[in-house]
Amino acid sequence: MNVESLVRVEDKLYYNRYLVDIGHPHVKVRAHTTPSPQLLALLKACPARCYELNDDGQVEITVDGCIECGTCRVIAEPTGDIEWSHPRGGYGVQFKFG
Amino acid sequence: MIEERFDAIVVGAGMAGNAAALTMAKRGMKVLQLERGEYPGSKNVQGAILYADMMEKLVPEFREEAPLERHLIEQRFWMMDDRSHVGMHYRSDDFNEERPNRYTIIRAQFDKWFSSKVREAGVTLLCETTVTELVRGERERIVGVRTDRRDGEIHADVVVLAEGVNGLLGTRAGLRARPRPDNVALAVKEMHFLPRETIEARFNLRGDEGVVIEAAGTISRGMTGMGFIYANKECISLGIGCLVADFQRTSQTPYGLLDQFKRHPSVAPLIAGSEVKEYSAHLIPEGGYKSIPQLYGEGWVVVGDAAQLNNAVHREGSNLAMTSGRIAAEAIGLVKSRGEPVSAANLSIYKKMLDDSFVIKDLKKYKDLPPLMHTQSQNFFLTYPQLISKAMQNFVRVDGTPKAEKEKATLKSFVRARSWTGLFGDACRFARAWR
Ligand SMILES: Cc1cc2nc3c(=O)[nH]c(=O)nc-3n(C[C@H](O)[C@H](O)[C@H](O)COP(=O)(O)OP(=O)(O)OC[C@H]3O[C@@H](n4cnc5c(N)ncnc54)[C@H](O)[C@@H]3O)c2cc1C
Repeated sequence: MNVESLVRVEDKLYYNRYLVDIGHPHVKVRAHTTPSPQLLALLKACPARCYELNDDGQVEITVDGCIECGTCRVIAEPTGDIEWSHPRGGYGVQFKFG
Repeated sequence: MIEERFDAIVVGAGMAGNAAALTMAKRGMKVLQLERGEYPGSKNVQGAILYADMMEKLVPEFREEAPLERHLIEQRFWMMDDRSHVGMHYRSDDFNEERPNRYTIIRAQFDKWFSSKVREAGVTLLCETTVTELVRGERERIVGVRTDRRDGEIHADVVVLAEGVNGLLGTRAGLRARPRPDNVALAVKEMHFLPRETIEARFNLRGDEGVVIEAAGTISRGMTGMGFIYANKECISLGIGCLVADFQRTSQTPYGLLDQFKRHPSVAPLIAGSEVKEYSAHLIPEGGYKSIPQLYGEGWVVVGDAAQLNNAVHREGSNLAMTSGRIAAEAIGLVKSRGEPVSAANLSIYKKMLDDSFVIKDLKKYKDLPPLMHTQSQNFFLTYPQLISKAMQNFVRVDGTPKAEKEKATLKSFVRARSWTGLFGDACRFARAWR
């Protein structure tokens, strides 16, 4: 078995503290039928695994566990695949150690 | 709009922003600092090594007051293949000095303290405030910022952009380009807690002595990247980072790399039995000198990671951030003390002062290294570490093979992997980029 399938990212995120801004996601995926290579890259590159493929083969995001690194923006904002902003002031991940 | 007018607005309360705000306040300027986190440090991630010299210039008494972890007496470099590491260690009792040169810190805690000094100096800090936009006035001049608070427009003579590596505001305002995948690395990190005696025994330390390990090799699976293991008082910071372009190209996952690094036979015993209390990720500027954007303009300057001021070779970033923040603030102070407008022409003195400092001099020295490492990542991070490990094993294993034959075999393995011209070329390219 490869390493990836053994690592549960959700367990890692569980260590962290978040203040989720319900109803105001700070990152959005543009509606699409077939995902671009950039969007597909996010399935692997996002360190919090916020991006997932839905049953119709489209890329979806759930921002609740986002650790606000900016990797997805660097990869997929230039193509217009995602809209990326900071969470509203005070919301999002709250690092105790950093 | 908030009617109150400020001499300067600083966006961000990280290393660069705190240095800039403190320096301006000490010069009597009226400064407003805006931070999107719940408290300063709550969004910030670092290894983290603090360089005392640059900190001392800002808060001379920091050794007595700041939350410091361990002073570093030892540095280890590891070149790793899947089952081994070849190490170079430097440890010296000279580093047990009255004013130690480097410390490990925990950023969220350190930033909180640093910010308390900034506020003591008279800076007004608003946390939980995301700046959403820069406000332009006549002739495209930046005259203030807009925030996500109600009535969130605030004006000042100058805006100091200390917004970190993502630099969203600067990009949105067209002051600089968005970071490119080949110019930033993604690092993931965990905090591993252990009793302090355990850490001291495992790392061969007494009292507050500290050690850091920088690791490269097959742990990054052929990508341009590095791992790190830093000893704090009661925890170990452990992480690994690689270029975003490489993650994109190879479909490796950052958490997969991290877990493989943790499982490495040289690493696992150091963290055995630890309790993980946080998992974080952050980008690091890696483009070096050639990726530095325009540093100033009409009514604005940019400092720290937002200006890509990071020395990837020496793993120095926070000190470049602090120094650029301080120098920008001194430049602004100079312009204002002469009663002159904070225009691009007058602010150009910031760049001149920065060019004369170690910040730009060091980045210039290594200007060709990032591109070399990025294009030759297979050789530098996979092939050579494997060859060197094999060579070392061949050297130390005693099995009756005559030494001359052993040496021949080692040499042959290098030539087979890279050819004579390849080896010669790599050495020349590396030497030229390092010079
Ligand atoms: C894993 C890792 C290890 C590292 N190790 C080291 C090391 O050992 N030694 C070293 O010297 N350097 C190290 N660095 C680099 C170092 O962390 C950075 O160079 C340094 O933090 C840069 O400081 P800064 O103030 O420019 O940015 P940051 O520290 O990122 O601060 C930016 C601040 O701006 C705030 N902000 C951003 N946008 C907005 C907005 N729109 N509105 C309001 N607030 C905003 C953020 O919340 C943040 O507080 C490391 C980096 C990483 C990721």
